[in-house]
Amino acid sequence: MATDQPERVQEPVLAPGHTFASVTDKISALVLERPYNWRWFAGFTIGFVLVMMLLTAITYLLLKGVGIWGINIPVGWGFAIVNFVWWIGIGHAGTLISAILLLLKQEWRTSINRFAEAMTLFAVACAGMFPLLHMGRPWFFYWLAPYPNTMALWPQWRSPLVWDVFAVSTYATVSLLFWFVGLIPDLATLRDRARHPFARIVYGILAMGWRGSAVHWHRYRTAYLLLAGLATPLVVSVHTVVSFDFTIGIVPGWHSTIFPPYFVAGAIYSGFAMVLTLAIPLRKAFKLEDMITMHHLENMAKVLLATGLIVTYGYVMETFTSWYSASTFEEFMINNRMFGPYAHTYWMLILCNCVTVQILWSSRARSSVPVLFVVSIIVNIGMWLERYVIVITSLHRDFVPAAWGMYHGTFWDYATYFGSIGLFMALLFLFIRFLPVISITEMRELVAETQEREEAREAMTQGTAP
Amino acid sequence: MSKKKTPIYGLLAEFTTTDALVEASQRAYAQGFRCMDAYTPFPVEGLAESIGFTKNRMPMIVLIGGLIGAATAYTMMWFSATIHYPLNVGGRPLHSAPSFVPITFELTVLFASFAAVLGMLGLNGLPMPHHPLFNVPRFMMASRNRFFLCIQAEDPQFDMVTTKLFLEGLGPKSVIEVPH
Repeated sequence: MATDQPERVQEPVLAPGHTFASVTDKISALVLERPYNWRWFAGFTIGFVLVMMLLTAITYLLLKGVGIWGINIPVGWGFAIVNFVWWIGIGHAGTLISAILLLLKQEWRTSINRFAEAMTLFAVACAGMFPLLHMGRPWFFYWLAPYPNTMALWPQWRSPLVWDVFAVSTYATVSLLFWFVGLIPDLATLRDRARHPFARIVYGILAMGWRGSAVHWHRYRTAYLLLAGLATPLVVSVHTVVSFDFTIGIVPGWHSTIFPPYFVAGAIYSGFAMVLTLAIPLRKAFKLEDMITMHHLENMAKVLLATGLIVTYGYVMETFTSWYSASTFEEFMINNRMFGPYAHTYWMLILCNCVTVQILWSSRARSSVPVLFVVSIIVNIGMWLERYVIVITSLHRDFVPAAWGMYHGTFWDYATYFGSIGLFMALLFLFIRFLPVISITEMRELVAETQEREEAREAMTQGTAP
Repeated sequence: MSKKKTPIYGLLAEFTTTDALVEASQRAYAQGFRCMDAYTPFPVEGLAESIGFTKNRMPMIVLIGGLIGAATAYTMMWFSATIHYPLNVGGRPLHSAPSFVPITFELTVLFASFAAVLGMLGLNGLPMPHHPLFNVPRFMMASRNRFFLCIQAEDPQFDMVTTKLFLEGLGPKSVIEVPH
């Protein structure tokens, strides 16, 4: 064989021609030199307006109580829990990209991990808000924690809701630590590049005097890898515990052993959809096409397809199990879900999550940016509907027909939900403005690896040339 | 480490490639220098070893952190459920081990993560906003595309003239004196 031909021409992870200096300058300029532009202002304004709506909705909630929402008996878990699970799920892709793909040495993760991690943090912040507001008296949230109190009471350790408190707060904390540790060398880069004295002081404080010592790097790398190793089982455990909130209860439609794996797959599915939804406009607006390449988008599309199929398998097995269980209540539940008053949400969910994603089998579709963007939005909607179907259709007709009821979100439910999307957007836009959206350090490493590989290839071709 | 006052902090040699820096560090170590450090914009494989750093205590710290987390969580739950506030829920055993697993796991991860971050910062002596190296204007290139080797004046073999000649012999772009 004369030359080793690659099987398929694939887009590179990093466009050719980049050096240590060019990646450093390009990414840090996004924060330090690029002036505010109208796109940023437009996006932030939308987010900010929605945050104001959220604050209004929360204020009214605190004044009136949870009665302003659509919840009642039998459906006591309305939008609040739907939104909570949806947001937590979105967060999971960030951890998956930053931790699991790091351990698997998938170098294409490098240019998307930073903003995926930021996405995780903001999504978890939005998620954490909902159970607290749902408590009715959020100012007593500390009752959830084990603390010495005059009543000598403890949390109920056998309750999955208590497990959930620990899982979500650990997840939020570890995500923050992981993100911050990743940022330290980049903050030092910004400190060294910043011209404005105030920016230099702020980045200097945050960088904590990082100077890139070889010994420091050595410990840093160990710590970072260990954090990735810790975050990997954590992310799986968090959504498993979230699914326990449902499965430990004996409600038909919830009490099912398939929930943990299918919740985790669903979380990754919705999270990758959200990463695509964010990455596509981001790379366009900041001209990052040479760093977030088609290679990234295609790989994410493949993950989307794979997890979409797992989720579909979950729906099929759920239906099969309720028939195979021969339990009247389970059979009724699935029948009611498919043909009852909420049938439209169920079929919409099947359409969004199982049917639409099949288009990604085609490599033409995977390499078309508009198609990916539309699919990612549809999956986001589909995953929200999935949680809606699970929470509402399971509860609204459970055992005794006399206790059945209907649930509909009220204006305040929608205001809180869209307000949380606004909070997410506003935080994300602030992040884009003040911190590097791509890890500068890891891009330099990528440049070093690319250079080594090119040198090796040159040496090879020169050596074998006739 | 001796606290004797040295006229300068050390000598800083600037290199343009990682290979040159690794080779220079190895030669400096072979020459007998021990108080030195290398500075790079990204982690370089084998560089820490070449300046004689072998004992990485991070894994042990993280392991201990995780074990403390696990012990804390399980002991807390066992103590409260069986001794401090025993509560009979539908005849379930007071010490219901399977129910204690999720929280034990979460706190293991939480404590281990804190151990990793605080251990890394502590061993590295961070935060340290002031360092003599920041007095050198060119040192800000250490976060861009330059690679530095610094031999500190407190090294017993350090000598203003011979060490400077030695560093210049390694083929650097420049050799700079680092004031205190």
